[in-house]
Amino acid sequence: MQILKKGQAGTMQSSDLMVTVEPADGLSIEIESTVKKQFEHLIRARLEATLSKHGVSSGKISISDRGALDYAIEARLEAALQRAGGV
Amino acid sequence: MADYKLRRSLLYVPGNMPSMLQNIPLFQCDAVQIDLEDAVPLAEKDAARILVRRFLDNYKNRNKEILVRINGLDTKWALDDLKTVLPAIPDGIRLPKADSPEIVEHLDTMLTEYEEELGLQVGFFKILPSIETAEGVLNAPKTAKASTRLIGLAFGAEDYTATMEINRTKTGEELFNARMNVLWGAKAAGIQAIDSIFADVNDMESLRKETELIKKLGFTGKCMINPRQIDIIHDVFAPKQEEVDYALEVIEAIKRAREMGTGVISLKGKMIDRPVVVRAARVLNTARAHGMVDVVINEEDINGTE
Repeated sequence: MQILKKGQAGTMQSSDLMVTVEPADGLSIEIESTVKKQFEHLIRARLEATLSKHGVSSGKISISDRGALDYAIEARLEAALQRAGGV
Repeated sequence: MADYKLRRSLLYVPGNMPSMLQNIPLFQCDAVQIDLEDAVPLAEKDAARILVRRFLDNYKNRNKEILVRINGLDTKWALDDLKTVLPAIPDGIRLPKADSPEIVEHLDTMLTEYEEELGLQVGFFKILPSIETAEGVLNAPKTAKASTRLIGLAFGAEDYTATMEINRTKTGEELFNARMNVLWGAKAAGIQAIDSIFADVNDMESLRKETELIKKLGFTGKCMINPRQIDIIHDVFAPKQEEVDYALEVIEAIKRAREMGTGVISLKGKMIDRPVVVRAARVLNTARAHGMVDVVINEEDINGTE
């Protein structure tokens, strides 16, 4: 799918995250997290896997994470993508 | 005869809160009802159902019954709720505003289609309808027989009092007639009767009184909004040791009676006949579900042989 417009999903509550996706030429992923030091690589891997599952190859993805588990990262990204153009 | 699966405590968990969802495996309740309806703001309906789907996809070793409360079938969200959540195989659907048997039949038909699509046995997904309006209460006896998927009827006092334009009190006099109609409907259909939530999480004494009351009336479980309420509800529903001991004596007494060729016998000055035996069997079956006894009471124990 393609990111057609800005889409946002999630909350800033503990164990959650806020995901923003925007149209862009290349693919970029920006991660801000309370557990960035320990888990950035795992968060990035989960985001990349979800993007590739939905065939997203371009866009600006930014997240603000409050210690979310994998299922929540996947779900919030999917919701943001759906809001940005339809999965 | 209704199954003896324990459903004493059914905890609502908001569908859009990861911090609550991921605690579901830890809660000591018999069932959870993941809520896509009232606990989710209108602007988050889409995100909540995706979150619930991904949570359930990852919750593989389930240790309690999982129901999902979808939005009412008269809303634009209900179909997407089902489509998104059912592939994660919850045990059933809590159906809000089950005002008539037709609404339950409608959901039944949709669930059958999903079961065929997902390769599940028809009837796999259960339904727990909410009886929570004046109309729903009037139709409860018919609604209780609307589908073989029903595990019970659940009374929703908060919405019910709203449709009645009355206040809900802690003593609950205003709910008696409605509760009785729900109970008669459920008992006549041989399914469980589940009572409403108790909203004040700081008033444990009133919670205990209300749970004692509804148990006395015939409810077999209660909904909850806070895990702190679990212990009191389980405590009230647990058979007392003296009830269990007495029930065992009743079963022994009726066996002796039958050996003597009669269906009635005296135990400590009280008459024991079939209705007393039926009640004792129910106590023992509940006690068995609680792990208090391991006797299995069958139809022969209750009725004797020809």
